[in-house]
Amino acid sequence: MKLLTPGTEIDGFVVHECIHAGGMAHIYRVGYANAARNPGFPLAMKIPRMTAGDGAENIVSFEVELTILPTLSGHHVPRFVAAGDLMRLPYLVMEYVEGRTLQHWLEEHPRTLTPEGALQDTADIARIGSAMALAAHSIHQQNVCHLDLKPANVLLREGGSVVLLDFGLSCHAHYPDLLAEEMRKAVGSPTWIAPEQVVGVRGDLRSDIFAIGVMLYEMATGELPFGAPATQGGMRQRLWMTPAPPRQHRPDLPEWLQEVILRCLEPEAAQRYPSAAHLAFDLANPEQVPITERGRRLRGPGLAVHFKRWIKAAGMHYQPSPLPARQIEQVPIVMVAVPHDDVTDATLYSLREAAARSLGIRPGARLACVTVISPSASSTSDSARSETMLHRTHLARLKQWAAGLDLSRHSASYHVLEAGDVAQALVRYAEGNRVGMMILGAATHGLQLQRFIDTVPIRVARDAPCTVILVKQQLPFDALGQ
Amino acid sequence: MKIALLSDIHANLQALEACLEHARAHGARQFALLGDLVGYGADPGPVLDRVMQLVAEGTPCVRGNHDAAAVAPPAAAENLGEQSAQWTHPRLNARQLAFLAGLPLATRMGMDALLVHASADGPERWHYVADGNAAERSMAAATQMDPAIRYVFSGHVHEQALYFLTPTAKLMRFSPQPGVPVPVPPHRQWLAIVGSCGQPRDGDTRAMYALFDPDAATITFQRVPYDHMAAAAAVRAGGLPAFFADRLEKGR
Repeated sequence: MKLLTPGTEIDGFVVHECIHAGGMAHIYRVGYANAARNPGFPLAMKIPRMTAGDGAENIVSFEVELTILPTLSGHHVPRFVAAGDLMRLPYLVMEYVEGRTLQHWLEEHPRTLTPEGALQDTADIARIGSAMALAAHSIHQQNVCHLDLKPANVLLREGGSVVLLDFGLSCHAHYPDLLAEEMRKAVGSPTWIAPEQVVGVRGDLRSDIFAIGVMLYEMATGELPFGAPATQGGMRQRLWMTPAPPRQHRPDLPEWLQEVILRCLEPEAAQRYPSAAHLAFDLANPEQVPITERGRRLRGPGLAVHFKRWIKAAGMHYQPSPLPARQIEQVPIVMVAVPHDDVTDATLYSLREAAARSLGIRPGARLACVTVISPSASSTSDSARSETMLHRTHLARLKQWAAGLDLSRHSASYHVLEAGDVAQALVRYAEGNRVGMMILGAATHGLQLQRFIDTVPIRVARDAPCTVILVKQQLPFDALGQ
Repeated sequence: MKIALLSDIHANLQALEACLEHARAHGARQFALLGDLVGYGADPGPVLDRVMQLVAEGTPCVRGNHDAAAVAPPAAAENLGEQSAQWTHPRLNARQLAFLAGLPLATRMGMDALLVHASADGPERWHYVADGNAAERSMAAATQMDPAIRYVFSGHVHEQALYFLTPTAKLMRFSPQPGVPVPVPPHRQWLAIVGSCGQPRDGDTRAMYALFDPDAATITFQRVPYDHMAAAAAVRAGGLPAFFADRLEKGR
């Protein structure tokens, strides 16, 4: 397909330089011919390569993107602007997002083996990985699975957040899937494709988690966990194979990071993180990742284990997952705001009961116990009130509070936040960690629940981005004392 | 301009009125009726009066198997459907019977849509389009009729479904989410089963219809709550088999 000359006009857009000439499409910078229509952000136009011999799948994936991109909103996708008629003049105009792809990042960060380098790397990997997971979570909440996440499709913004590109192989749970006909044929990029996609299952959000795992693996080790297979058989390997542990390539890599990466790469989707928010949470809270044998191992499973799994994989049947948004609701991050002063045992008991009930009906949910302390509580001179000591004391209290909960089937973590404005701190924490449900006492954090005063519970209930459960004291402890 | 597609009203006046009102509120300026106007339900006369009014205003309408049975009911009823045809026939006046008898089996709507109650492949044989193969036969028959047909709209099967022809000419079934406009670009071929307005059977008592927007090339499948208890009460009061009433109360 011939490149367009700068200055060419298409449907009211003036074409500038070509910024990407890929196998599937050309992408140009463009602007409105009529400057008054300029939306206030730079624009890019994607034109599929559609000359004879370019292949029908180019057109289908372009059609898929044309259908799905306009339905997506938020900070993690380029804004949709306009589209041309598919049969007459196919093009897609969207926001041009400044940034560089993860592919560039990987090229600029060859793996080094110095200990200082490793430390810096780990922080970068966790930060970028968490941003990728939050971006994926955002589209999953809109019932879209990307299904082709790879370094070239992950754009890192200046501010640290991630924008996902190219929805040509994506799947929208509410739209007919034009690529579903490829049943039992892999649709995706061989290096990053999830095992269930290899056997034709489309629309499982955990496929995106697998792809993020492949990227994290490469960022951490410089190696690809499953290589770049060229055949269907080569891709099937990931149905049973656990890749070599990252620490085999990089012994200096922390165990927690290996734990996270290998959990993303579990062959069975049910063994991976149940939602991308859970993955982002672990990457943002490395010290709270429970480390199992998976994180510690320095060699992959032996031949015998792989042989058994290979037999099992021959008959592997993947259950299609429910709607992504519904699936996310089933595995929320449940946050409990545990107060630390002016609080009765009865209230703490009721909070614990409410947390137990909420977790009990949601097997995949994770618990985040949060307490907010005042910045003025710590002292630089008094060692008993030093910041670390205070945090340690409060962490111990949180763990003690949670000791009464059955957490055998849930991950749990404990967080001490320092803030003057308790309500704001709780709401921000819920936003930042994509908390699905917050539990707090109706009459805790200072005042009784009142109608006309903005108490902490009222402000939280009003401003929180999620469901809020206000717990009232259940047991008449006061009455017992009379 | 949006077109509301209604099928299998089955003499359910409450469901029909609720769907018409819902459709108008959601921007429908035109209607299309896909057959089985009567049968099972207690209000064939009032439903036909509404329908005939719509048809007089230009609404296309096709005949369903229950409409045919109501015109000429069998002498001895062998099943509940035939029993309800025997019940319906004497409750219709000459004008209403003539209207039913004069309905076409299939009709075109605009340049690129075909309306047929069951399958375009032998409409008078009332094949159930319940899977991809049956849908493929219906679509192929429509294409043979006229290659310009991009949309086949049908009822008969009481569950909402959208079949589409993929790039490799394979037919796929899609279960739509009510209320979500689904893109149906005319460069592909589509077959929509709009579901039953007056006789839902999927465990949900709400009435069904679909809104087609030819300009935006979208179809929105709808579920509409209506007074199904009143419809069931009318069935019982009319002396029809109690099963028809239970069915409306449970949506089964």
